[in-house]
Amino acid sequence: MVADRPVLAVRGLSRIHGPACPSCRDLTGDAAGTNVCPRCGSVVAVADVAFDLWPGEILGIMGESGSGKSSVIRLIHLDDQVTAGSAVFREHDGTEHELATTGEETARRLRDTRFGMVHQNPHLGLNYLVSAGGNIAERLLCSGERSFQAIRDRALGLLTRTEIPPGRIDHQPRQFSGGMQQRLQIARALAPRPELLLLDEVTTGLDLSVQARILDLILEIQRELGVAMLVVTHDLGVVRLLAGRTLVMRHGRVVESGLTDQILEDPQHPYTQQLVMSAL
Amino acid sequence: MGYVAVRGGEAAIAEAIRSLEMLRAGDGGEPLAVAAIQQQLRLLVDRVMSEGGLYDPRLAALAIKQAHGDPLEAAFILRAHRSNLPRLGESAAHRGEGLRLVRRISAAFKEIPGGQILGPSTDYLQRLFRYELMTEDATAFRAAVQDWFADLPADALPGEFPKVLDLLRAEGLLDDQPAALEAIDITRQTLAFPIPRPARLAHLTRGETGGLLTIAYSTMRGYGYLHPTVAELRVGYLPVMLPDPLTGEAVEAGEVLITECEIIATHETHQGTDGPPRLSLGYGACFGHNEIKAIAMAMCDRAMISGEQRGARHPAEDAEYVVCHVDGIEAMGFCSHYKLPHYVTFQSDLENIRSSRAKMKGGA
Amino acid sequence: MSQATTRAANPAADRFGFLDDFAVREIRRGLLKALAIPGYQVPYASREMPVARGFGTGGMQITLAIALPGDVLKVIDQGADDSVNAVALRRFITAACPELATTTSTAEATLIQTRHRTPERPLTARQLMVYQVPYPDPLQIVEPSEAKRRRMHAYGDYARLWVKLYEDVVRWHEVALSNRYPARVHGRYVIDPSPIPRWDLPKLHRSRAMHLFGAGREKKLYAVPPFTDVVPLAFDDVPFQVERFCDAAGRRHRCQTCGTDDTYLDEIPLPDGTRRWLCNDQDRCAERMSHGR
Repeated sequence: MVADRPVLAVRGLSRIHGPACPSCRDLTGDAAGTNVCPRCGSVVAVADVAFDLWPGEILGIMGESGSGKSSVIRLIHLDDQVTAGSAVFREHDGTEHELATTGEETARRLRDTRFGMVHQNPHLGLNYLVSAGGNIAERLLCSGERSFQAIRDRALGLLTRTEIPPGRIDHQPRQFSGGMQQRLQIARALAPRPELLLLDEVTTGLDLSVQARILDLILEIQRELGVAMLVVTHDLGVVRLLAGRTLVMRHGRVVESGLTDQILEDPQHPYTQQLVMSAL
Repeated sequence: MGYVAVRGGEAAIAEAIRSLEMLRAGDGGEPLAVAAIQQQLRLLVDRVMSEGGLYDPRLAALAIKQAHGDPLEAAFILRAHRSNLPRLGESAAHRGEGLRLVRRISAAFKEIPGGQILGPSTDYLQRLFRYELMTEDATAFRAAVQDWFADLPADALPGEFPKVLDLLRAEGLLDDQPAALEAIDITRQTLAFPIPRPARLAHLTRGETGGLLTIAYSTMRGYGYLHPTVAELRVGYLPVMLPDPLTGEAVEAGEVLITECEIIATHETHQGTDGPPRLSLGYGACFGHNEIKAIAMAMCDRAMISGEQRGARHPAEDAEYVVCHVDGIEAMGFCSHYKLPHYVTFQSDLENIRSSRAKMKGGA
Repeated sequence: MSQATTRAANPAADRFGFLDDFAVREIRRGLLKALAIPGYQVPYASREMPVARGFGTGGMQITLAIALPGDVLKVIDQGADDSVNAVALRRFITAACPELATTTSTAEATLIQTRHRTPERPLTARQLMVYQVPYPDPLQIVEPSEAKRRRMHAYGDYARLWVKLYEDVVRWHEVALSNRYPARVHGRYVIDPSPIPRWDLPKLHRSRAMHLFGAGREKKLYAVPPFTDVVPLAFDDVPFQVERFCDAAGRRHRCQTCGTDDTYLDEIPLPDGTRRWLCNDQDRCAERMSHGR
């Protein structure tokens, strides 16, 4: 399929918490140095975010906490309500969905079958009341799979793919190490063969060697499956390894965007320069 | 003149006692005979004995009379009385098979060895008023008693009432029985959570019927196992066996009416993570004829065991939650204490709020 | 004289039956809605009855609301007309509806109120089944909050129920549900068919009769109209199976009274440790005996 249209086309995406007033946008952001509107007290989590995500591409979203990077992911994953702007998701077959105005039923279907989400905290992404296999089965059952053996086979396959010993398929997630729980999240996210994978700080808090394995896994998955990904992180190393293109966010705005290599080698925005300098 | 908080405490209490007595004596009619309460309000007497933790129907009836019919107050009086009674001995543990049965049913099978005995159950009655009770007299009572004795069967009841659970145990379906458990006197021994099952059951058997019912009902509606099966419910007289002071042999010193319930859950086995499914138990027993309490207690027992094994997912599965909140005497006492003057504490609250408000007004 | 018979004898009462007019109207409308949306749980203001919750007030309210003079009523509990609960309910209903005929014969009945069984005898288009329901919602197995369950039903989101089935097959090699087996009605809502055994569930599928479900305590009505698809939730490759009643050697037990091996059986433990097996459906067994099967 020719990549003539992006998987995700985002324009002017905004999310404001609170009453909001006409001055919110102007009085917050990079220049203002804050997310909080001094006039009405609203928190402008995200404003005027625009980007395209192409099939098979990994786009990095980098920034500190409060930058709005996680908010963008939540908006795309339909876990939060868009205040203004547009985010058009394009399925494989060409069907387009305006995520900003999508109804609950479509949202559920997209989350169950087209999107995969991996959280920083596995407690947000895993079901601790069922087994590892059950976690994967849940996703497959949501997308209509009704053969027990097919579910079992696919679960074993995904566990193997994410380097979890298949013999642990019936173990409870709480018996897994932190790294393994993350890999289980990835297995679960991949179960319905999603077209869009959202990764929110998935390696933060893990040991470096564990991080490295997971990052390698993500790269392999992208090579094999060609699924488009949004990778949110505050870690330059992650972005350097995974993302072809990157957005840098600060106070809810995109302050710099472009090819990852270029941004890291020749940062234009003072904030990006600061980030790059401190990483060296 | 109304009650004044600051002075006149003694006089107020004296007045309260007088007014209570007035309310009790009110119409100047015939005082209730304790024996009448014991007989005609027998289920209330049973509940009070159970919550009071003392088997003495006559005293329980007196407590009910004294408490103007308030079951918790009556249980309270009985508890307080019990608290200082000397302990004369400990009866031997009993397995419930020697019960002199009044009622015995199983929901698990249509027929059971020994038979299903409906007994004096209200389960299948229509709850419609019997207005004739308003004008009945002793002749109606005598007629009821005569009618009962008129056609008592000549043959004796079967003596064998094997436990339904033993049938299932013989088929290897039950979880293994725990090793012999030691009875714990919770009034003489303080325990820290997690407490062993005998102690949990000892708390529950003195628990308030309504409170136990509420917690058990929550499990029946999904905050727990949902729907166990009653393997057996027995109501009967349990012989109290005490050691003879001279020979040391166990001798029947008397009997107490109890209700005992055993319930079964399926697929809840905690014996290994890959063994076959088994039946797991819940147990409830209490003084007197009180089926709601025995069943609710068994449900709570089952829930707490589950919680103990795999972690509590619901309030009923949290032993600390259940045990701490079912004692009606404790709960009622603390609930009532809120009526005590709290004006010192409240004054402090007011000062605290005023201070914050002043600071916030000043700050902004 | 009971309240029910007082009402019935009162010439001012404009209909027979224990319920007031508002209740009757509400239940009938609720049932119509339930039939129009097969498997959907219709909330209703269930009345308090002189019979305890859990003893069949839901079934009874339906029966009292729809029974008409000329109907022939059968009441069974665990397949038996003479069980204590069936007797108590039948007594109450007939006191409230004096012109109602009663029968123990499934063939003759037009209205059958039941707890835990569907009759063995195939039902006809003239017959209405009224089920007593403790748990109207199959999702109660996995979710205690009714508010959450409503949303799950609304979005057809039964994933958590399916996951329970998956976990059961992994652990027990079988779905650990015996009675109240969840089934999808008309391709849309999943119902709890009331505590009928698996044995009876296939009888609902494209039945000629109408099946009405009343949960008094939980205050819901639902229905399976005639000729409606009722499909038990099962994996394509782990087929739904009914109770087998086989001995250790794999031989199917027979009823010791009528000798047939194609009915749901009662297992009676005997004092000597052996078991007796008997047809659970009393009427069916009697029918077979009298026709010399």
